[in-house]
Amino acid sequence: MSERPTILEARDLVVSLGGRRRSLFRPARAPVRAVAGVSLALRQGETLGLVGESGCGKTTLGRTLLGIQREAAGEIRLDGAVVSGLAPALARARRRAIQYVHQDAAAALDPWWSIGRLIEEGLIVAGVRPAGLRRAKVGAMLEAVGLEAAFHARYVHELSGGQLRRVALARILLLEPRIVILDEPTSGLDLSVQATVLRLIAELRARLGLSYLLISHDLSVVERMCERIAIMYLGRIVETGPTRAIFASPRHPYTQALLAAAPRLARVVRPTGLILAGEPPSPRALPSGCAFRTRCPNAAPACAATLPPLEAASHQHWVACLKWREIPERPRPPLVTGAESA
Amino acid sequence: MTADPLLEVKNLRLSVRTDEGVAQILDHVELTVARGQILGVVGESGCGKSTLARAVLGIFPKAARIESGEIRFEGQDLLALSDADMTRLVRGRRIGFIPQDPYLALNPVFKIGAQLLAAMRWHAAQPTSEAARRAELVALLRRVQLPEPEAVLERYPHQFSGGQRQRLLIAGALAARPALLIADEPTTALDVTTQLEILKLLQALTQEFGVSMVFVTHDFGVVAELCDVTTVMYAGQTVETGPTGAVLAAPRHPYTQALIACHPDRAAALIGIPGQVPSPLAPPPGCRFAPRCPTAADVCRRRRSRLVADAPAHGVNCRLADERLAARQAGVGA
Repeated sequence: MSERPTILEARDLVVSLGGRRRSLFRPARAPVRAVAGVSLALRQGETLGLVGESGCGKTTLGRTLLGIQREAAGEIRLDGAVVSGLAPALARARRRAIQYVHQDAAAALDPWWSIGRLIEEGLIVAGVRPAGLRRAKVGAMLEAVGLEAAFHARYVHELSGGQLRRVALARILLLEPRIVILDEPTSGLDLSVQATVLRLIAELRARLGLSYLLISHDLSVVERMCERIAIMYLGRIVETGPTRAIFASPRHPYTQALLAAAPRLARVVRPTGLILAGEPPSPRALPSGCAFRTRCPNAAPACAATLPPLEAASHQHWVACLKWREIPERPRPPLVTGAESA
Repeated sequence: MTADPLLEVKNLRLSVRTDEGVAQILDHVELTVARGQILGVVGESGCGKSTLARAVLGIFPKAARIESGEIRFEGQDLLALSDADMTRLVRGRRIGFIPQDPYLALNPVFKIGAQLLAAMRWHAAQPTSEAARRAELVALLRRVQLPEPEAVLERYPHQFSGGQRQRLLIAGALAARPALLIADEPTTALDVTTQLEILKLLQALTQEFGVSMVFVTHDFGVVAELCDVTTVMYAGQTVETGPTGAVLAAPRHPYTQALIACHPDRAAALIGIPGQVPSPLAPPPGCRFAPRCPTAADVCRRRRSRLVADAPAHGVNCRLADERLAARQAGVGA
């Protein structure tokens, strides 16, 4: 398989949130490092899954790549050109090719505006004229996302969750992005609606030649949609590689536990030691060295002293763990089929 | 099942008056929970699963009307009890509740100890001393694996994470030693690793305390993990009930088949289910899935909703099950 070219790349990206001084008389609170040194490459035409639990920094990373959150250090390259280190407005302007679909479609759309006007807004901002051309584009896009022309005159409250996702997609696709960041594109949707939205997302990628960064905590969705995935834990990528390789043979203990914990369509048989205890530490008080060591069954004294670098475990498969060579390979636990209980 | 079930809902029909008309929320719903069993109620949003769970607790929407049916719990028809009796004898005492959002269920301005101890005092079967209740609560908090249980009593809800708050409410629900727990999507807001811990805890506790549980969820994965028996609902009707393994591996109702085929783990192609869930204001007559069903026939529009025995311990609400049953009986007769 020939390697596809990289179109969006982050190198050693650091993002700090907060830390601004609120008042003259109070000292500033220490900022939280939501993203603490992430390197990531999105290739032309692929869907890269960004997986992690709440608070791991996956949404912040997405917003920073988009250009609405400023990076504290590191570099972002779009088509090989550096687009980081810019003032917010300029950063966004240089990254026009990247668009973002908000995870809560209902909250992201103005309830007072008709669907047609909501979709058209982006075109107006982009200076597309005349109005007739805009209307034609809106009509074509409504059809492309599977909504009838009648939706043009409807309002947000009249639409179901799945329809709102389609509107949110139509809205940004009109701006002809090449890269779309999908933040939890099916959270809160019913299973039958999720299936149709996922299919639409996959179809649009092929039809419009898009590349996706898909942020999700749902491993079943990610396994289905993504060629490659990156697993985040507390601001760092702990493992990244082809989806198939990671699901077949996760090497990082966190990935192993995460894959084992995810609910599936049949009862899961878990070997002991694969159920994580406790909760992630606060990002305000990160442990030294490997951030996962406080919950890791394989933690050793060395893990507190050194930050594990990403090392190649197999072709294109990288893992950030000092002990990964000693940890047994633990494929996703097998399922008990329903046959025995039928 | 030979022994008396702990909870049995029969032919429950519930409607709610709204500005736009009468909404038929539940239509001939059937549910059976055996002692010691964990039953999962699964369905998509708006299918009536939460309304059903609340009906068992005697909590009804405003302007709700029970049109027919009964809810038998420990041999008693709960629908015949007054609200005061439900409060005094059943709700919280014999049937505990674990809500979806633990934060809303805890009062932010009172300490955990004060809140849970007050509930225990209210629900205690016999008068007990404050010290005894306190000791019991501390033991329970330890059992749900909260660190430093004595100190927990002096803290406020905001000092706990989502998973810990859920543990607090599980301890609170168990404190009255109920016979049945009703849990309404208690792990939806949690991360998968935390969710797994809570599910494992619930599984262990139901065995230890000899409690049955009705677990309402939209997630087939959670059902697979936790529940012995699964009941699937669609648009206010119970469409299928059976052993969880059988329902997931070999669903027998066309809706369950279509829904499970939408799961990314299972789907060959992500197709979804054509059509829309009907409005409860104007539900289709007979089987409510008929308008979207690939195997619908004219009979379906006249067929009264009911679960028909279709496989061992497996009930299916479908004319196809009627036909299979008739064929089996004809076979036996011949």
